[in-house]
Amino acid sequence: MKEELIVSGRNIPGVDPHLTLWHWQIPLYLFLGGLAAGLVFFSSLYVIMGKEDKAPTAVKWASFITPVALVIGLLALFLDLRHKLFFWRLYTTIRLQSPMSWGAWTLLIITPLSFVWSASYLRELVPQWDWKFKWLYAAETWVIKNRKPFAWVMIVLSVILGIYTGILLSAFNARPLWNTSILGPLFLTSGLSTGAATIMWMSKDHEEKNLFGRIDLLLITIEIFFIIHMFMGFLASSAVQIEAAKLFLGGPFTVSFWSFVMILGLLVPAFLEILEWKGYKIPAAVPAFLVLFGGFMFRLLMVEAGQLTRYLY
Amino acid sequence: MRYAMAVDTKKCVGCSDCVVACQTENNVPLGYARDWITETVAGTYPNVEIEIRSERCNHCENAPCVRCCPTGASHIVEGGIVLVDHDKCIGCGACIEACPYDARYPHPDGYVDKCTFCIHRVEKGEDPACVAVCPTHCLHFGDLDDPNSDVSKAIADRKWKVLAPEAGTKPQIYYLI
Ligand code: SF4
Ligand code: SF4
Repeated sequence: MKEELIVSGRNIPGVDPHLTLWHWQIPLYLFLGGLAAGLVFFSSLYVIMGKEDKAPTAVKWASFITPVALVIGLLALFLDLRHKLFFWRLYTTIRLQSPMSWGAWTLLIITPLSFVWSASYLRELVPQWDWKFKWLYAAETWVIKNRKPFAWVMIVLSVILGIYTGILLSAFNARPLWNTSILGPLFLTSGLSTGAATIMWMSKDHEEKNLFGRIDLLLITIEIFFIIHMFMGFLASSAVQIEAAKLFLGGPFTVSFWSFVMILGLLVPAFLEILEWKGYKIPAAVPAFLVLFGGFMFRLLMVEAGQLTRYLY
Repeated sequence: MRYAMAVDTKKCVGCSDCVVACQTENNVPLGYARDWITETVAGTYPNVEIEIRSERCNHCENAPCVRCCPTGASHIVEGGIVLVDHDKCIGCGACIEACPYDARYPHPDGYVDKCTFCIHRVEKGEDPACVAVCPTHCLHFGDLDDPNSDVSKAIADRKWKVLAPEAGTKPQIYYLI
């Protein structure tokens, strides 16, 4: 029996056919959150391991980017809100089931802490810097004395932040493209990779540059496996998820995803980092920029495409 | 108490009176709607079947829109009605992304809005505006826990379905088929 199904769906001008509510703000926020998570992770990791001298850029200089990234990220989130004057409502409650609540609270804690972290290195960077007040000097000494416990707190927060950027999306059961638990680890890996690439870019120390080039290479490899895993999961799942995956496998997002994210954002930088490893002279800025660009594009495309996917009825 | 609605797809003629009644009752801004009509045609000519549905928020029992709300603006009140507290809503849009039925919309004033089952009328013992106005009496509203309510009686001896049960939200609008 041949059966046809025609649906003349609803037509609400403000909502249909797709209510794409989230634009560049949320992807930028997710990207900067991931980058900050990566930077914090590596700086605290090396402090915890007691190997600050091995990764001076990671521990000290790159940490100055973290608070800036977080503040811009928060600003982007704020711009996304439609009822801006009520934003403080985020902080009158803790909703354990809401990833957004988790993120808002994590950011509220990690942002000031990241300021403190980098401020405690400020006098190493600018020796003539004067804190003006006695208590600020006292605070600085206290932070320097308690660096290790501080680093433990930061590393835990960075992992929460990194995973959260993925969970924010994967918690939406209604959007089949996002509804995969691989997104948490995938975004965490991608965030760590953007962090490692930034450190590699900034570092003046040859050994540290190489070290982070290799860390980044490893992270890119894991990321590629996660992405393959994600698509395999979709294709083995329900019809709505197969439809979702098709957006990237032949659908309207195919070209942008495979060229910007897969090739330019992952494969090319990985290749350049391998060449560098083999002794070719590659300016670190090139793979680092590509990794950052790919990281942002990945989030942008996931957010845009995810909003087009839905349950059909 | 469990408020729910039944929509008789065999009676609905798609006149959109419910849509207009809702927009007037609830001051829904131009370009948006809290309820709407869909039409499904199935089969091959000459054996075609048409189904017309008046749809709205399903006041889901397992409501993802409430779970993901970071401020608690989206909440469930007595009787299972899912509501948005306008003064708590920051307009982040999480609930809009979370709803498998696209039943919510961003109100131009900033907050997110949706069907309330006309709670202001229900509290006074009246039916929601859409139910009250329907000329074919195809909408039935009431308390599922009360076997004598309109909705309980409507679904008692008819075959029914819910929309997209696979989304797992336990929707509470029943479509009589
Ligand atoms: S239909 Fe959508 S808005 Fe209504 S309760 Fe269910 S998930 Fe929430
Ligand atoms: S838009 Fe408003 S109701 Fe929806 S999740 Fe955000 S704060 Fe809650």
